[in-house]
Amino acid sequence: MAAPVHQMLTASRLVDGDVVYWRAGGWVEAFADGEVFADEAEAEAALEAAMKFVAENVVVNPYLFEVRVDGGVWPVKEREIVRAAGPTVRRDLGKQAEGIAPKEPAHPAEAVLGAEVKKADHVSI
Amino acid sequence: MYRYDEFDAAFVADRVAQFRFQVERRLKGELTEDQFKPFRLMNGLYLQLHAYMLRIAVPYGTLAARQLRKLAHIARKYDKGYGHFTTRTNLQFNWIKLKDVPDILAELASVEMHCLQTSGNCVRNVTSDQFAGATDEEIEDPRPLAEIIRQWSSLHPEFTFLARKFKIAVGATPHDRAALQWHDMAVEIVKNAEGRVGYKVIAGGGMGRTPYIAQVMSEWVERGDILAYLEAVLRVYNQDSRRDNIHKQRIKILINAIGPEQMRARVAREFEEIKRMGTLQLPAEELERIRAYFAPPAFETLPDAMPTGDQDFEDWKKTNIHRHRAPGYAIATISLKAIGAVPGDISHVQLDALADLMDEYGMAEIRVSHEQNLVLPHVKKRDLPAIHARLKALGLATANAGLVTDIIACPGLDYCDLANARSITIAQKIARRFADLDRQHHIGELKIKISGCINACGHHHAGHIGILGVDKKGVEFYQLQLGGSGAEDASIGEIMGPGFGEHEIVDAVERVIEAYLKLRAPGERFLDTYRRIGPEPFKNVAYLEQLHAAH
Amino acid sequence: MPLIKAGAYARDEYAAAADDAAALPDGPVIVSLARFQKERAALIARNAALGVRLKAEQSPALLGEELSRLSLVVLEFPKFRDGRAFSWARMLRTRYSFKGEIRAAGDFLYDQLAYMTRVGFDAFEVSETITPDLFRRALAEMRTVYQPSADGRKTIRELRAMR
Repeated sequence: MAAPVHQMLTASRLVDGDVVYWRAGGWVEAFADGEVFADEAEAEAALEAAMKFVAENVVVNPYLFEVRVDGGVWPVKEREIVRAAGPTVRRDLGKQAEGIAPKEPAHPAEAVLGAEVKKADHVSI
Repeated sequence: MYRYDEFDAAFVADRVAQFRFQVERRLKGELTEDQFKPFRLMNGLYLQLHAYMLRIAVPYGTLAARQLRKLAHIARKYDKGYGHFTTRTNLQFNWIKLKDVPDILAELASVEMHCLQTSGNCVRNVTSDQFAGATDEEIEDPRPLAEIIRQWSSLHPEFTFLARKFKIAVGATPHDRAALQWHDMAVEIVKNAEGRVGYKVIAGGGMGRTPYIAQVMSEWVERGDILAYLEAVLRVYNQDSRRDNIHKQRIKILINAIGPEQMRARVAREFEEIKRMGTLQLPAEELERIRAYFAPPAFETLPDAMPTGDQDFEDWKKTNIHRHRAPGYAIATISLKAIGAVPGDISHVQLDALADLMDEYGMAEIRVSHEQNLVLPHVKKRDLPAIHARLKALGLATANAGLVTDIIACPGLDYCDLANARSITIAQKIARRFADLDRQHHIGELKIKISGCINACGHHHAGHIGILGVDKKGVEFYQLQLGGSGAEDASIGEIMGPGFGEHEIVDAVERVIEAYLKLRAPGERFLDTYRRIGPEPFKNVAYLEQLHAAH
Repeated sequence: MPLIKAGAYARDEYAAAADDAAALPDGPVIVSLARFQKERAALIARNAALGVRLKAEQSPALLGEELSRLSLVVLEFPKFRDGRAFSWARMLRTRYSFKGEIRAAGDFLYDQLAYMTRVGFDAFEVSETITPDLFRRALAEMRTVYQPSADGRKTIRELRAMR
């Protein structure tokens, strides 16, 4: 049986471009405060509800993205890690400097997953 | 440099008011995001990963001290204290709020700056040679023509909704420092057999998904006809380009589809008509009037001896000093590629300090190169040691211009919404791996260019070693290309094979460079060796680890 | 859709005739390029004003010599970002010295009105959001222009020379 895909909903605030996350019918700035959907239907319903905020010119471009949930919530894609925390090359800037970046889980599945990916994706001649 | 009179000032002021009204309407919802987007792009405003990014125009890469100070002020007041110089010599701020932009534009207008057309499907910033006006290689300073093109293309009513972006460069030297052949259109200032000066026009170059080198549109356009000719090219492009597939809408695609001969014929037809109408002829007096703004400083008669200094200064001289046309003077390159730093970034402290330096030494201009470095064009040789010392204290004296650690990198996945992978981190790792200056000199000229996605803002197609970040199942991978060039010997880098992981790419680059060192003939740069022996030897060593693993 | 001409609402004198409408209405009529090319002679022989509507990919060059007999050309904007009509309008005014009405129809925005006017549009099928007041405001946003266009407006260079 396939493991449930967990998702979160994000957007950019129109007025300042800040990254925000959906939570209970509204938006929060910290990744850790965002709502996690284990259910596809729930996620889609939230995305639809988010469109109201687009129509009211509060946010732009809401979309769902995948997260891993074990020992803590962590984005699957590097892009979302960067959006949630800030530039990896300037750790003194962005949400990571404001203390609201996501905390990488202590024993992330991705450490195992990542190694598997690396082995499997080694260049074939 | 060009100075605004009341007409130019009114133009930018009106533009600011226009954008203020557009922002107002957007925030009120009278414009949807889809409607607003082209107009905010045409004022240089992108929505990126963390915030809005504002791209400020630096026409033909020329800035005055007071403009540096204003940029420092904007960095402090509206951003997080730093900016980033791009491969089109513009300056980007990464943490901008939409609501602040009209005020920022007003501040910029007060020092004759703007964000006009630094993005969008229109004519973009006109770029040129960072040594313009200082080098003895040029037929004449290309910047007056660049300024004339800038004015002609600003809010051009017919060409503001092109199929795609349109980038123009102007050059005047045999050695091309402005990557002319990679542009949508470029003008090379040339001399004919009689010694008269005219213009060669090329078009159809471009990076991105499908790289192309530009083709000749006209070997010779008379001075007075140049705007009519450029308008003819733009008109054919606007009329005939595809509009059905965003990936096939640059002029390079059109010229490749119909062939250069057919393109030349269409352009010639439009050109004849525009020329006949006469309204776009460029009078000699106007060219002279603009040229007067670019008159070089009065050069003093100075001894031509190059001063000596400590090891750091001697190292810096080897790579960062270039010959000036006036005896006693030099051109100095300020590297923004300190080992381990973010390529092309500059802090507000550095901006202000450079402005002070310029004022103290009576230097009216500083230049930006498309390789993301700065240039002081007219430095008295005798002042070099003192200036070097000041730059060193600011972290701006890295002695690596043109060497392996002088890397071009786009902002990549650390900042950019379009990116697939991080580019800055790879640049930093490569720079640290090759930090040893003796090793860098042993390697010699080697231009590494890194892009975080296929849009190629890092110009990876033109890198002697080009690296393209790709996304492979959510993991950052890096494709290696060799043998590209952005100079007068323009060529497109050749892909070596499958991509490398984040932890493999730097080793692969090192193996490639070590192979070059083993195989090179005397006097050969990396690019020369690659062109002589081809990709096979490099492919073999690049994938060496995988070869071992497979066995 | 409301029509704006010379900065004010104007009555549309023309009726649009579909390609397959056998009978043409009396009075001024607009036909597609396809119909114009098919029934050229008959359309011109009518004792009434004739307009042709061009799609974004259709150059005015296709109108041929009878262009001078037209009193109206309608240029379509399928999507406001498609800027081909700017060149078509310009071509009509300068290459063909077309003196009739050049009308904009389709998806275009307030923010394009000034450019459109410069290249030769003089009639605009607007949505309700663009009022004559807003229209006039759009044209006044930029007091100066750098390059010559079909409107004959003085460029900054010319103004400078006149000081």
